[in-house]
Amino acid sequence: MVAGIPTLWLLVLFLIPFIIVFRISFSEVRLAIPPYTPLLSWRHGAPLLQLHWSAYRFLFTDALYVSSYLYSLKVAAVSTLCCLAVGYPMAYAIARSDAAMRPVLLMLIVLPFWTSFLLRVYAWIGLLKNNGVINNALMYLGVIHHPLALLQTDFAVYIGIVYSYLPFMILPLYANLEKHDGTLLEAAADLGARPVRAFVRVTLPQSFAGIVAGSLLVFIPAVGEYVIPTLLGRTDQIMIGRVLSDEFFENRDWPVASAVAIVILLLLVVPIMLFQRLERRQLEAAK
Amino acid sequence: MKARGLFTRSALILGLVFLYLPIVSMMVFSFNNSRLVTVWDAAHSPTLKWYVALLSNEQILRAAWLSIRIALISASAAVVLGTLAGMALARLGAFRGRMLLAGMTAAPIVMPEVITGLSLLLLFVATEQLIGWPKGVGAVTITLAHITFCMAYVTVVVQSRLAGFDEALEEAAMDLGARPAGVFFRITLPLILPAIASGWLLAFTLSWDDLVITQFVAGPGSSTLPMVIFSKVRFGVTPDVNALATIMVLLVATGIAISTVWMRARQRRRARDLQLAAAANL
Repeated sequence: MVAGIPTLWLLVLFLIPFIIVFRISFSEVRLAIPPYTPLLSWRHGAPLLQLHWSAYRFLFTDALYVSSYLYSLKVAAVSTLCCLAVGYPMAYAIARSDAAMRPVLLMLIVLPFWTSFLLRVYAWIGLLKNNGVINNALMYLGVIHHPLALLQTDFAVYIGIVYSYLPFMILPLYANLEKHDGTLLEAAADLGARPVRAFVRVTLPQSFAGIVAGSLLVFIPAVGEYVIPTLLGRTDQIMIGRVLSDEFFENRDWPVASAVAIVILLLLVVPIMLFQRLERRQLEAAK
Repeated sequence: MKARGLFTRSALILGLVFLYLPIVSMMVFSFNNSRLVTVWDAAHSPTLKWYVALLSNEQILRAAWLSIRIALISASAAVVLGTLAGMALARLGAFRGRMLLAGMTAAPIVMPEVITGLSLLLLFVATEQLIGWPKGVGAVTITLAHITFCMAYVTVVVQSRLAGFDEALEEAAMDLGARPAGVFFRITLPLILPAIASGWLLAFTLSWDDLVITQFVAGPGSSTLPMVIFSKVRFGVTPDVNALATIMVLLVATGIAISTVWMRARQRRRARDLQLAAAANL
């Protein structure tokens, strides 16, 4: 019973919905309720299975879809690298700080996560706008004379993603770096390695698992991100999360929206499985 | 060594500035008189007028009240389901369907929200056709959706807490004749209570904050607070949203401060008890 109740709940509200999406992605759109053709129908007393590939064909022939997939992958990859570049030194500094300071610093990292994600993204509109805080400050200082177009650019999306997902990068990195044995670095120094070399040869390889975990935690949700690109991003190039939502709500094309969902999953299946393997290993190590 | 310490330390400080600058700027401009949000009107500021506007905005208040009710119910139900799932995964060993349950509790965490939202809505549409329930989407379907993605997080928190302490305590109670329910309520539950509490808080926050999944399973007349905020800010910055953000940040900061003090006191009490026990043994 302990296992049965949650399993039943998730079967009904997680797995079956998924199968429905998969099923509808092989239908064709029609003007009816529901707005798609049935897969199985009865004709002359025999069941007839009709699989339509039109939704998928549409996705791979229309340049808009292909470019939005590539764009989403690019945005997610660049943001993940930026997140790593910002997060790694921070995690390192926390792991090397006084034991008494560490919980305080970690709390400072996690605290913004507890406040509304939507409002934190919204805050960047006020900072990045043409007459926003950053442009006003730069003009006041005389660095620029005309406001820079910061909002509705790729740059704004990168900032938004790095800002929102930074804790997810820092926490696994910190958990990894904190366990490192300082004597290894001392040994490297004793053997004549300079700090940079010791870092590259000793610390970096040891923290590889943390880097992978943190990067996946940023990359996976970033690919399907909807709120950040909608509020901060370009209007001429949308990401796939937005494509799915628009197909469903604006075009009312359920089969294409479902096919978009299936293709997003196919893109993410390798990173998701990698992540789950890492998680399992960590749980086993905790035992 | 010194130089690197300096580099990582300044990176940490700059990173923290990066994390807090937007929040602080929002809080400052919530007291700004100008409608232009980011232009400080020094002559007439600070002012509380956006707070007044916020508290008399019926649409926002109604949405906030709906969000609170949904988050309370979702978090509580998610804690029950998530604790059961966490117990099953951490304690039942290799039962039939273990792989299925483990996969289904881990997947919602990494699933893109648009997909979860779409699939849940399509489920509700399908069940309405098949069994006539639910009659349209609204608060009930939002709550069901929130319970589902929140319970995954609770499961992870409870499961890792259970993996962290020894099964021998439960076995000892069993050996002394306690029945399974007794073992759970007298031994296991008190031990995992901190995990359950933080799981509930996490679930509450996630439900309170969710926009994307909610948009799919919400209907007319069931706009949650994030939905109202999103439709307001989508077309620009509005000062009363700054006031709302400030209130929410202050509430969260107070909550976190209280829970930190409480946890510290608990830890100190436990350390003292351990010392007393050690002294008594001498």
